[in-house]
Amino acid sequence: MPRRLAGADVAIVGLGAAGGIASLPLARAGMKVIGLEAGGWLSPRDFGPDELRNNYRNWPQAVQKAAGEAPTVRATAADRAVQGGHPMMNAVGGTSMHYWAQSWRLNPWDFRVVSATRERYGPGRVPAGSTVEDWPFDHTELEPFYDRVEYAIGVSGQAGNVQGEIDSRGNIFEGPRRRPYPMRPLRASPFTELMGDAARRLGWNPFQGPAAIATEAYDGRPPCQYHGFCNRGGCHLRSKSSTAFTAIPKALETGNLEVVPYARVIRVVTDNDGRVTGVEYLKGNEHFFQPARVVLLASYTYENVRLLLLSASAAFPDGLANHAGQVGRHYLSHHQGAPVTALFDRDLHNWYGLPAQGAAIDEWADDNFDHSGLDFIGGANLWAHTDRRPMSAARMSTFGQTARNWGSDWKAFIMKNADRGNSSYLQKTTLPYEDNYLDLDPEVKDPFGLPVIRITARYHDNELRIARFAQDRMEQWYREAGATRIIRSGLGNAMGASTHAYGGTRMGDNAETNVVDRWGFCHEAPNLGILGASVMGTSGARNPTLTAQALAWRTADYLANNWSAVAE
Amino acid sequence: MAQKNRQRSTSAPAAEPQPASPGRRNLLKGAGLVGAAALGGSGTLIAQQGAEPAQPRIREALEVLTAAEVETLEILCDLLIPSDENGPGAREARAAHYIDRALAGPDAEDLEAFRIGLAAIEDYARRYRGRPFARLIRDRQESILLALQQNKLDGFLPSAGGFFDLLRNHAINGTFCDPYYGGNRDFVGWDMIRYPGVRIGASERDVELGADLPPNHQSAYDYPPYTKTGGNRA
Repeated sequence: MPRRLAGADVAIVGLGAAGGIASLPLARAGMKVIGLEAGGWLSPRDFGPDELRNNYRNWPQAVQKAAGEAPTVRATAADRAVQGGHPMMNAVGGTSMHYWAQSWRLNPWDFRVVSATRERYGPGRVPAGSTVEDWPFDHTELEPFYDRVEYAIGVSGQAGNVQGEIDSRGNIFEGPRRRPYPMRPLRASPFTELMGDAARRLGWNPFQGPAAIATEAYDGRPPCQYHGFCNRGGCHLRSKSSTAFTAIPKALETGNLEVVPYARVIRVVTDNDGRVTGVEYLKGNEHFFQPARVVLLASYTYENVRLLLLSASAAFPDGLANHAGQVGRHYLSHHQGAPVTALFDRDLHNWYGLPAQGAAIDEWADDNFDHSGLDFIGGANLWAHTDRRPMSAARMSTFGQTARNWGSDWKAFIMKNADRGNSSYLQKTTLPYEDNYLDLDPEVKDPFGLPVIRITARYHDNELRIARFAQDRMEQWYREAGATRIIRSGLGNAMGASTHAYGGTRMGDNAETNVVDRWGFCHEAPNLGILGASVMGTSGARNPTLTAQALAWRTADYLANNWSAVAE
Repeated sequence: MAQKNRQRSTSAPAAEPQPASPGRRNLLKGAGLVGAAALGGSGTLIAQQGAEPAQPRIREALEVLTAAEVETLEILCDLLIPSDENGPGAREARAAHYIDRALAGPDAEDLEAFRIGLAAIEDYARRYRGRPFARLIRDRQESILLALQQNKLDGFLPSAGGFFDLLRNHAINGTFCDPYYGGNRDFVGWDMIRYPGVRIGASERDVELGADLPPNHQSAYDYPPYTKTGGNRA
């Protein structure tokens, strides 16, 4: 029997990018909040410019609970699922400790893919088999929460649309924002200038994308010093606006948040009436029951779905909040792969770059261009960035210029070209489909004997056509900038475990096709809220974290303002 | 911020000038590096320590691999990333030393593949080439490594090609990692690819100079914010 602890108003499962954000408005509203985190605390002294540790040894000082429960992956139900790695980490602050920190708002189109496509192109353009729906609200509903997160944690960037006024230094396709970013964007570099100039010659509008990285002293944190090693590296200066250094310490200051590290939640508990009563967790050798009036699941897409399915009970025999069979449905891994890689005939000056410092092109994203003559909907954001590190540079392709990838010829090649290669990041519209889903693996278990998540999903024609189209545009851009050799990667097939994993607990008004309502609370279990990209029904063509954070703030804000309706 | 250079660099790298930056090594040799003032990140000057005592002893032990295994491994690393007319390679970087340490600790899961693989290479050399791998002429050694990469040999984990990839990954890690881990000794890996070194910050001028920056030969753990020795806590 688990030991029963004193009750809390709200238990948040997972204090990462989303849960960490939600803790702040709740604690400020006076709720007693317990934050259950599978990892521990890390401090700036745990970070360093050390590529071996950051990128190859997977942060050994972080508790990798996630590694023991990595999903299995198969493209279709006819294939055998194989367990791979897990891209996320466990710590207070979660993956926001070491993410690239690109912090985009979704474009307005992403909130109404179905109706906007019908309005512009007529019926029949949404791919057959896709289960995509419009969001239950448009971007104007989320705008105030984007704004709050941008200012609460500190996001730098160049606005492209302030209250309808377009500024071509930023993204001219973004929805109207009430005010500019709180900080100027990351600075330009010789490479971003090279790519920016090339884009302008093509008639495109390049801009520095937004980043949760301080570019000026902000809220007691110093600005980025551009030493590099930001790719899967934590920031020793706290310039990266992880929730561990922003929202969570502010929530702790209120005295209303208690953080419980190394707590491995194994079950959400419900009573016979189907109301959530708290969560069970393991810590060391001990087993606890944490009662809570409201539970917010914020443990990342795979674990959110897994915990619901593992929390089957008398009231929910098929998994918590799963009477409608929607838990695990509408899953998608963002199509971020299929890059174009380029070789230049001059140094690119990227040794001290960041993955969040680059040149973005949004002309070919979403519905920012006419699809009348095309056989797909959606598109890709093109991102050319400055991240370059010695161990990965030594692994660069030789573009067919050496017979082998070792020996004296190869060595001469990398000596000359280590700072002359660049690989693009192409984030593409990815849709949910009927035959793409998450469920519990029937065979593979975690170290506690609980089944891991199984991903059954593949990219469909729409994603592959976007990928080819995006590669065409990226190759054009690189060649205009002077690239002498180009490699285009394969277009993709199975959806692997991803840092951009969406769906599985989709948000929508229709309880037959969605797990959570427009506020993020389960249709079938109203005092259980879900945070993170698992509630998102569309991907957008850009990083999801800021949207997941804005939604988390909105759900927490709703809970604080409607406490008795949700909790009683 | 003035800072003591605790690194042992007492001489310029042994590499010959490289075609892509003809003046850089000569400049360093001329400056003698030690005693010169290296420009650190954000325009700060990092004063290098003056005349240092004799170069400290470099201690190497074998933690998990045998002397015979490392003899083979050294040659394989040298074939992959050779010491040649373009300068030092994996041998000078002490990649094999790095690999021994890695296999004793964080990469212990790869130890069995190395034990079996190195023995299989030795066995192949004796059986089909008539002598120990270390005593074959370099062309013969190279052709065995190529056969390994092309998955033409038997007796490897998970396969010949799989072991080649593992070996190459470890050799690259050992040549280009932070020197703290026992490889990239004297920064020969970073100098090879003209990576100017870990900096605590990079100014716009630093970025513009890029590979033309004088290499600062700093490990991350030469800097007070990163090193964990108590006296250096920032």
